[in-house]
Amino acid sequence: MAKRRLIGSRVSAQVALAPALLIALVIYCGSTLWTLWISLTTSRMLPNSVFVGLRQYEVLASNDRWLASIVNLAVFGVLFMVAALTVGFLLAALIDFRVRAESLFRSVFLYPFSMSFIVTGLAWRWMLDPTLGFEKLLHDVGFADAHFNWLVRPDRVIYTLVIAAVWHASGLVMAIMLAGLRGVDREIWNAARVDGLPVWRILVFIVIPMLRGSFATAFVLLATSVVRLYDLSVAMTNGGPGIASEVPAKFVMDYLFERGNLALATAAATTMLITVIAVVAPWYHWQGRKTHVGAAH
Amino acid sequence: MTAMAQPNGRRPKRLSAGRIGLYAFLVISALFFLTPLYVMLVTSLKPMSEIRTGNILALPAAPSLAAWNSAWSSACTGLQCNGIRVGFLNSIRILVPSVMASIMVGAVTGYALSFWRPRGAQLLFATLMVMAFIPYQVFIYPLVRMFSQAGIANSLLGIVVVHTIFGLPTMTLLFRNHFVALPIELFKAARVDGAGFWRIFIQIMLPMAVPIIVVAIILQVTGIWNDFILGLVFAGRENLPMTVQLNNIVNTTQGERTYNVDMAATLLTALVPLAVYFLSGRWFVRGIAAGAVKG
Repeated sequence: MAKRRLIGSRVSAQVALAPALLIALVIYCGSTLWTLWISLTTSRMLPNSVFVGLRQYEVLASNDRWLASIVNLAVFGVLFMVAALTVGFLLAALIDFRVRAESLFRSVFLYPFSMSFIVTGLAWRWMLDPTLGFEKLLHDVGFADAHFNWLVRPDRVIYTLVIAAVWHASGLVMAIMLAGLRGVDREIWNAARVDGLPVWRILVFIVIPMLRGSFATAFVLLATSVVRLYDLSVAMTNGGPGIASEVPAKFVMDYLFERGNLALATAAATTMLITVIAVVAPWYHWQGRKTHVGAAH
Repeated sequence: MTAMAQPNGRRPKRLSAGRIGLYAFLVISALFFLTPLYVMLVTSLKPMSEIRTGNILALPAAPSLAAWNSAWSSACTGLQCNGIRVGFLNSIRILVPSVMASIMVGAVTGYALSFWRPRGAQLLFATLMVMAFIPYQVFIYPLVRMFSQAGIANSLLGIVVVHTIFGLPTMTLLFRNHFVALPIELFKAARVDGAGFWRIFIQIMLPMAVPIIVVAIILQVTGIWNDFILGLVFAGRENLPMTVQLNNIVNTTQGERTYNVDMAATLLTALVPLAVYFLSGRWFVRGIAAGAVKG
């Protein structure tokens, strides 16, 4: 009797996992392999099975739009990550000096993260509007020659995306860092202060090394959001002016749904996949060894 | 709490130069973070004439809700001028079943993975965790094909299924980590009493998972409300969520842009996640700590 119930429960466990199993196998693994396969064919509007090896990847490597997307993403990624990590850490470190109204500051720094990239992009596009935005404000207060028209300058537009994204994500970094800082033993601070070390040296040489787990988590979260960058570009600039703010995720979407070149789009998507794995795999390995597996701790 | 008793904090009465600098930096940063919200708000309350002549930071001379009204009920996307309320209602219709479905599947999966560990459980969990990081672009085309084969392309059911699929890794992680931390004796005692898989789940585990359910709701409500790309591809023209409608309203304007209406529509779209954020307080941070928020 008890044994039958045990077997019954084992079956129930398998049944309960069926949806997840189906999603993992069919949707995740299946779609990934399908995408990979299409990228090896000559598919245009519709998928076909004409195998051409890695030719699409060669085409991709000489596609100006794709190359521009990659350069844009690299510039965006480096600036955004450095800025967001710096600002986020700095805010967390300052808040950790037991300031008053701590929770008010925390709320203010984190609220942008609750909003969508579309909202973020539209808000910043309006503020950076070259005729009525901050530029007009500068003119009105007397700087007649001041220019802040980055939104329409091909050589500067990518920085506007960085500004908006840093505004959006710094609070997230702050929250992660603050959790890490709260785990740093106060005794370390006291001992270092007794030794007469200045505050900044304690932060840089003692605290930051202790927070490497928090930095790694924040780094991976930011890095994956960089690769995924899409909504923000659509809302703020729609890739323009010209192709000056095109990004890989948008390249894939455009070639899938508007330009009807499935093979090229999937080759680009596969390239994105490989990039993400290259970022996540080392961290995952490290995290997995340290504690039980977790996407963010 | 215990930190209060520690001596390294400076005495509050004597403000040192460093302390003043610290507050100055924090206040200036706070102003930077608040500026976009402030600008959106004042812009939405001004008439267009005032926006053209005045400056972007100025308070409205005579605040008016006219722009809010037209954003809500008469702003145009292409040829249709029904305002953003259409998108709001669509987003609600997408949100409620998607949040429920994704949390249910995630809770059951997390529970099965934590206490029962059937064969292949480790591999399944690892697969889910890796997939949490993969960009949607890798899955989108095959999914579109599968969905049209199954007859759920461009439908409410389709977008709910998609949100359940892409919510699964985070939700599973959340519940699995919660259940793993519970004492195994609890589970063993229930087994000895003869309770089976579902009875243990419903009568013992779910009541103990209330805090994590709250975290899951916060994560999913903000995540699904803020989604753009999935709604754009899978919801279909009739069910476009608010974010997509907002982008259409702002980016397909014919003739002169009405910034006040644009900003009112933008604020309306931000209202739900902002309300969740400010009402949930520390729970939101817990959500971030517990699982990577997809973005």
